[in-house]
Order: sequence, then C-alpha cells, then structure tokens
Amino acid sequence: MGEWWTAVPTETSMGSYEISSISHVTMSPSRQNNLMSMYSSAGLSKSSYSVISAFCTEDNIPQCISYISQELASLGLSSTCIKASSPGGAGLDTVPALNAMYELLQIHRRNMCTLEELEKEQLKKSNTLEQMQMSNSRLKDQLELSIREKSGLHETERQLHLKIKTLQSCLKTEKDEVQKLQSIIASRASQYSHDAKRKEREAAKLKERLSQLLVERRDKKLAIDVLNSLGRSDGKRSHWKTTKVTASHEDEMYKSLLSDYEERQRALMLENTELKKVLQQMKKEMIHILSPCQPSTRGATAEDSQADSDGEEKAGDSSREMLDQSCEHAREQLTNSIRQQWRKLRSHVEKLDNQASQVQNEMESNNEVIPKEIHEDEMEKMRCEVQQCKEFIHTQQLLLQQQLNTSFDDETAALLNDCYTLEEKERLKEEWKLFEEQKRNFERERKNFTEAAIRLGREKKAFEEDCASWLKNQFLNMTPFTDRRSCSSSDGQSALSIRSEPEMRMSSTKAQLAKSLTYATVSTPKPTQSASVPSTAELYRTLRLMPDSRYYLVT
Amino acid sequence: MNFSELFKQSNQLCKVSPDGKYLATCVQYRLVIRDVSTLQILQLYTCLDQITHMEWASDSLFILCAMYKRGLVQVWSLEQPDWHCKIDEGSIGLVSSRWSPDGRHILNTTEFHLRITVWSLCTKAVSYIKYPKACQKGTDFSRDGCYMALAERRDCKDYVSVFVCDDWHLLRHFETETQDLAGLEWSPNGCVLAVWDSCLEYKVLLYSLDGRLLSTYSAYEWSLGVKSVTWSPSSQFLAIGSYDEKVRILNHITWKKIAQFDHPATINNAKAVVYKEVERRTAVGSDDLSLHNITIGTTLFNTQSKYEICPLPVQIPVVKPDPDRANPKIGVSTLAFSSDSRYLATKNDNMASVVWIWDMQKMNLEAVLEQTSAVRCFQWDPRRPRLALCTANTKLYLWSPAGCVSVQVPTEGGFQVQSLSWHGSGDSLILLGKEQLCLCFMDTDQEDKSHAGTEDLRAAL
Repeated sequence: MGEWWTAVPTETSMGSYEISSISHVTMSPSRQNNLMSMYSSAGLSKSSYSVISAFCTEDNIPQCISYISQELASLGLSSTCIKASSPGGAGLDTVPALNAMYELLQIHRRNMCTLEELEKEQLKKSNTLEQMQMSNSRLKDQLELSIREKSGLHETERQLHLKIKTLQSCLKTEKDEVQKLQSIIASRASQYSHDAKRKEREAAKLKERLSQLLVERRDKKLAIDVLNSLGRSDGKRSHWKTTKVTASHEDEMYKSLLSDYEERQRALMLENTELKKVLQQMKKEMIHILSPCQPSTRGATAEDSQADSDGEEKAGDSSREMLDQSCEHAREQLTNSIRQQWRKLRSHVEKLDNQASQVQNEMESNNEVIPKEIHEDEMEKMRCEVQQCKEFIHTQQLLLQQQLNTSFDDETAALLNDCYTLEEKERLKEEWKLFEEQKRNFERERKNFTEAAIRLGREKKAFEEDCASWLKNQFLNMTPFTDRRSCSSSDGQSALSIRSEPEMRMSSTKAQLAKSLTYATVSTPKPTQSASVPSTAELYRTLRLMPDSRYYLVT
Repeated sequence: MNFSELFKQSNQLCKVSPDGKYLATCVQYRLVIRDVSTLQILQLYTCLDQITHMEWASDSLFILCAMYKRGLVQVWSLEQPDWHCKIDEGSIGLVSSRWSPDGRHILNTTEFHLRITVWSLCTKAVSYIKYPKACQKGTDFSRDGCYMALAERRDCKDYVSVFVCDDWHLLRHFETETQDLAGLEWSPNGCVLAVWDSCLEYKVLLYSLDGRLLSTYSAYEWSLGVKSVTWSPSSQFLAIGSYDEKVRILNHITWKKIAQFDHPATINNAKAVVYKEVERRTAVGSDDLSLHNITIGTTLFNTQSKYEICPLPVQIPVVKPDPDRANPKIGVSTLAFSSDSRYLATKNDNMASVVWIWDMQKMNLEAVLEQTSAVRCFQWDPRRPRLALCTANTKLYLWSPAGCVSVQVPTEGGFQVQSLSWHGSGDSLILLGKEQLCLCFMDTDQEDKSHAGTEDLRAAL
C-alpha cells in the first residue's frame, strides 16, 4: 500500500474553508469513475476538483494530517485519529487512515442512498401535489356550477310560489262566485217551486170547480138588478160605436201624447236656454281672465282671442237672432268656443303651476347648494340681528317718545335743554380745572423729583470725591510721589467745579476709554450747578459716577 | 192634535170620499156613512153578506160593496138612499171588484181570473175582457181616467191592452218583452206605462201611450229582481226597489239610472239625521227636555216614547231572512214619494223597523227613523212633506223636515194602529186598528208647530 490518500471533501467543507493546495488524487479507475460521477452528480465542478487535488502536497503533509484529523474529530467519526507515522514525518498510520476512509465511504454511500430516497419522495410528492391541484380546480369548477344551478332553481321556485299565490287567489274568487251563483240558484229554485205549487193549487181548485159545475147543472146566470139606469157622469148621451169614434179615440190619444211631448220640449228648451246663458257668461269670464294675464304672448293669442271673441259675438248674435233656424250650428259653435277657451285657461293654469313649481324647485335647489346647517345658522344670526335691531329701534323709539312726550311746549323744552347743557358745560369746566391742577402738580413733583435726584447725584459725587481725595492723600502720603500728586490733585479738585460741560464730557469719555489702564485720572465728570434743568442723559451720567470712580479707584 | 173616539169597523174598510166630505166604514154587513168633520152618521146601508171590499165612485155619489164569497156586488147611492143596484156574477165567482174612473162602470174579476166583466150602470150592458193576468198589479187606470192598461197572458206570452175608458174601446194591444209580467203602472201624466217583470228577472220596460217601447232597464241578472215600483208625482222619476236592498231612480228624459240608494246596516252618512225611538217606563213628571230630545208631545200627550238623535255611525238591526223560503223578507218593498216629489220614503224588509227618507233634490239620505217594532204602514200627507207611520202599537209617528214626533193615541184599552190613511186635504188622519178606527185631526196651529219644530212648543211649555 502506497501512501496514497484521497481527499474527500464534503460539500459543506468545500464551501467553508479556503483550501490553499490539494495534491492530485490518485485512485483506482472504477472508484475514480464512481467518485467522479458522484461528484458530478453532487454538483462539483471541475474547478473545485482541481482544488481538491491541490489540497495536499509534499510540503504540507503534517498540516494536512492534523487538519484532516481535526475535521474527522469535528465530524464525530471514529476515534481513530489520523496520526502521522512519525511526528513531523511524511508518513501516515495506514490502519486508522483506512478506517477513517472506510467510514467516510460508508457515510457517503448512506448519504447517497438517502439522497436518492429523498429525491424519489420529492418526485412523488410533487406528483401528488399536481394531482391535488388539478382535482382542486376541477372541484372548484363543479362547485361554481352547482351554485349557479342552485340559484337558478331558487328563482324558478320563487316564480312558482308566486304563480301558486295568484292561482290560489283566483281559485278563491272563483269559489266565491260559485257560492254566490249557488245561492242565486237556490233562491230561484225555491221561487220556482213556490210558483209551481201555487199554480198546482190553482189548477186543483179549477178542476174542483169544474167538476162541481158539471155536477151542479144549475147554472147561476150572472145578472144585474138595477132600480133605474144611471145617467152618464158627464151628463152627455152615449154615442154609437163607429169608426169615427175609434178614429177620434186615436186622435185623442195622439193629442195627449203630443201635448206631453210639447210640454217636455218646452221645459227642455227653457233649461237649454238657461244653460246656454250660463255657458256664455262662463265663456266671457274666461276670456276676460285670459286676456289680461297674457301680456307677453299678446301677439299670438290676442289675435286668436279677438278672433274668437269676434266669432263669439257673431255666434251670440246669430244664436239670439236665428234661434229657430241654426240652433244646431249655434250650439256647436258655442260648445266649441267654450271648449277652446277652457283649454286655453287650463293650459294657462298649467303653465302657472309649472312656473310656480319651477320657482319652488329653484328655491329648493338653492337651499340644497348651501348646506342646511349653515343656512340655519345664518338664519339664526340674522334673526338675532333683526331682534337686536328691533330692540334698538324700540328703545330709540321709546326715548324719542319720551323726548317728544316731555316737550310740551318748545320754550320749556328749549330751556330744559339749555339747563341740561349748561349743567354739563359747567361740570366739564370743573373737571378741566381739576385736570389742569393735577397736571401742574404732577409737573411740579416731577421737577422736584428730578432736582432731588440731581442733588443726590451731586452729593454722592462730592462724597466720592472726598473719599477719593482722602484716599489719594493717604496714598500720596505713603508713596514718594505725594508732593507732585497733591499739587495736581488739589489743582484737579479746585478745577473740578469750574469745568464746563463739553470738557466734562470729554473727560468722561476719556475715563471710559482708559478703563483698562491702571493709572488714575484726574478728571472726573460732574455736572455743574447750572440754572437749567439737567437732561436725563446727564442724570444717568452722573449716576454712573460709581463705575468711573471704581475704575478710578483701581490703580 | 185631536183624536176622535173609536168607531167600529171590520176588514180595515174605511175610506174617505174623493171630495173629502164623507167617511164610509163597513161594520160586518153594514155600510156606515159619516160626515168627516162631525163624524155623525149620515147614512146606513145594509148589504146581503159580510162586505169584503168597499169603494167610493169618483164623483162621491156612489159606493160599491163587494162580497166575494157570494159573488155579489151592491152599489149604493148617497143622494138617493132608496136606489139600489145588485150585480151577481153567478157561478163564475168573484175575486175583485172596482169602479171605473167615470164612476159608471164596475169591473169584476172572476175567479181564477177567467175574465173581467165590465158592467155599465148606465146601459146595463156587459162586456168581457178575456185572459186577464193574475199578477201583483194587473190593471191600472191612468190618473186622468181616460185609459186603462191591462196585463194579459196568452199562449205563455205577456200582453198589455190599453182601453179607452169612455167606451171600453181597445186602443192598443201589444206584446211585452217580459218573462212573467208582475205589474204595470201609468205615469201620473198618463203618457208612459211602466211594466215590470217578476222577481226572477230584473226587468223594467217603459212603453209610451201608443204602445211603443221607449226603454228597457235591467240592473243585474240572475239574483232576485224588482220588488216594488213607483212613479214620482211629477212623472220625473221612476223609483224601483229591488231584492238587493237598493232603490234605483230612473229619469224621465233618458230613462237611465240617475241615482242609487243603498240601505246599509251601518249608517255613516254625516248629512243624515237618525231618529231612534226610545221607550221609557218612567212616570210622566220626570221628563226633561234636553236639546237632543225632539219630543213635541212628551209632556203634552203623556207619551212613553220619544225620539233621540243618534250620533253616527249607527247600527241598524237586521233580520236575515230564511234563504229556503220563496219571496224572502229582504229588499225594498215599500216606496212612497211625497206630494211635491221632494222626498222618497222607503222600507227595506230585512230592516223592518226602519224607515228611510231620501231627499230627491240632493239625491241623498235625509233622515232615518228607527222604531222599536216593525213598521206597518206609512203614508205621505197629500199636501205637504209630512210622513205619518205606525208600527202596530198605540202610537202615531210623524216626520217632517223640521223634526220627528211620537204621539200617543189617547184611547182606552189596546187600540193598536195597524194602518193609516190621510184625508185628501191633509188635515186629518184615519187610524185603523184591528176592529176599530180613530180619526186624528191636525190643527192648523199644530201644523205650524210641527213645521217650526220644537222651539215653539218649548216656549209654549
């Protein structure tokens, strides 16, 4: 056995480690082929294969050994660690190495098997999945179809229900009618039977009578026994029955009939004329109503109405004059004209109605544009305003009334007015006076205050100066420069009071500029006892004495 | 109101002469003639048998008394009490007897309606009319007395013959389009003859005087039809009462229905006044005349019933007739127009205690009178719109547009007013009981009171 070792990189290890160099793998050809196929099936590329062969070289054998043993240990394989035959040597313990290889081979084989099985299962599962999907879709289609069918059946059921209801109601009506007819038949039958019975009874009586008469033989003749004949009720003699008489009867009958008809006709004529009068009046009134209400369409309709009215007048005249002759025509004309006028009136009224409804609609639509609430709010506001205005007006009115009421005559009123105004004027004057006084007082006090403030400022300054001078003296007394200083300071002191304003200002500014400097300045700004009121700026400046003196003090 | 004492009568035969002066009553076989105003007996005649029918001649000079069982008719003269006349129909029998309008002829209808014998009192001549029809109203004389219409039946067909009453000349003879003619009636102006069929078929035919068919009216088929027909006195309306409890009014110009009056069991018509008779058993003194009581005679005449105005809706008691019996007691059986044609009074047989009064001007229900018992008879005053009715008790009821009155007839012992009839002048009423009669005289001031209503009487009280 030569020392030939295979590098069997697993897929995972291949992916994770950086393999620097792997030696070429020498294997038995079949194994090699198997391995090759396995590798190809496992998806190893040629490049990686070449990397595998580049794993172990002559140089890095011990490293490779240790690496491989580590790997094996990490993979949990047999405890037979691959050791070098001699530490640091290029050899390898064959037995553990072979065992390890064998174990690895076994593992690999097992993996392949499981892979195959898994693939098979996956195929199967995908097949079943496909089948399931197909069946699912098929079932969905079936479900839809059946739902549609169901709704269709529902619909037909509903229609049938309706039909049943209508048929039931028809049946009910038919039954009622049948009952009614049956009752009618029953009453008629009872009537018929009653009549038949009556007739039978009468026939029986007749038969009896007849038989009685046949038996009796003695025929009681009918006779009249009158004491004396009566005269006719109208006192005339009776006439023979002749054709003339019959003819006269006919004549009489016809006469009476005719007179009745004439009477009726008269009554109807009267009624007719009355109704005609009423219609005429109505027509006139309708024309009257229509004509002033149509000013815009005067051009078109006025002519018609005029023509109509002319026609009417003509018709009226004709109807009055030719009553007997052309009654028919007159009547037709009248009725036609009435109908026309009525149609016009009706159309006019309809137009008015439409207009009214349109206006209403517009109003309503306008209201719809503005939302109701806002509209109502605004309405409320307006109402309130109106109310307020009304109240205001009311009060004004009251006051005016009062005024008017109180002014009985003009003089007194004028006088009163004058009195009132005078009073007011005087009051006003007094108040002005007060105001002036107060103003003056205030001014005075202000003046005092300012003077006091100035004085205070001056006194302060003086005090400060004194302090300063005293200190200066003290210092000068201590230092060798006292002589010179004392002279200058006294000069400065004496010159203090005589300084004029501009110089003071300049000195003050100088003092301010020289704040960082440590030497003492001689000059100190100070307001003079001028007669004029000092300005506020100067006041402030005087009050700033303190910071200057401070600077002054810091030497 | 004054009431006379009771007089005897039989068979409800009591009639006032056409001129209004005399009152004829029959008591068994005697004929008593009284003066209407004084009720004194003026004449007394004795007939051969119990009088079954009595009738005044149109000139008020003669009276006929018929005795159907004996087949005899006796005629009496007022002017000449000695004058007598007897007509014997012989073995042929007698079913009805009546005067002709001229007062000189008597028409006797023989038994079984074999023929009508026309006896002339002037010439003693006899005429026969063959095949008269035995029906509800087979003969009718026109109001002016010129013509007579007669219903005939030959070979299972109905005919109408129009005779001239002067000489009984047959003027017209025509077939009618009826199945079984039940009655005929002339219009008051004598120009139109209304003919109606039996109740098995609703059909009313209108013929003019010369026999032409003017119009046919049929409201419905199959159900029982016409029960009663009446003309308005002005000939303007023809009122037809039928078994369906309705009255239909036809107008004389077009002969079409212009109004229909229903008789419902519940009255809801706000314009109608419903008077209900209310009986009281209390003593007289406790009567109080509240505004709702329209009793004029409550305290005056000791009545024990009064009319109350019922608030609407009002339920009317209905009696359902036996459906198996013929001629059922249902439908409008009685119609009567007032003399001025203003009002129509009707009675529906299954509401027998109620009288309905309709206003013909407004074609609306005017008033309803509900009585405590079935109404037996009602009749309009010939002169004014006043209706008198009776319900077979001791009271007389009067209605006028002003109000309603219940009057107790002040007679002793159970005089029940079975029927009544007005005197021609409208001043008095004849009240007929079973075997007695009583006259009621309306005073002229009473008449004003009844017009004005209750106010005057209350003031008088």
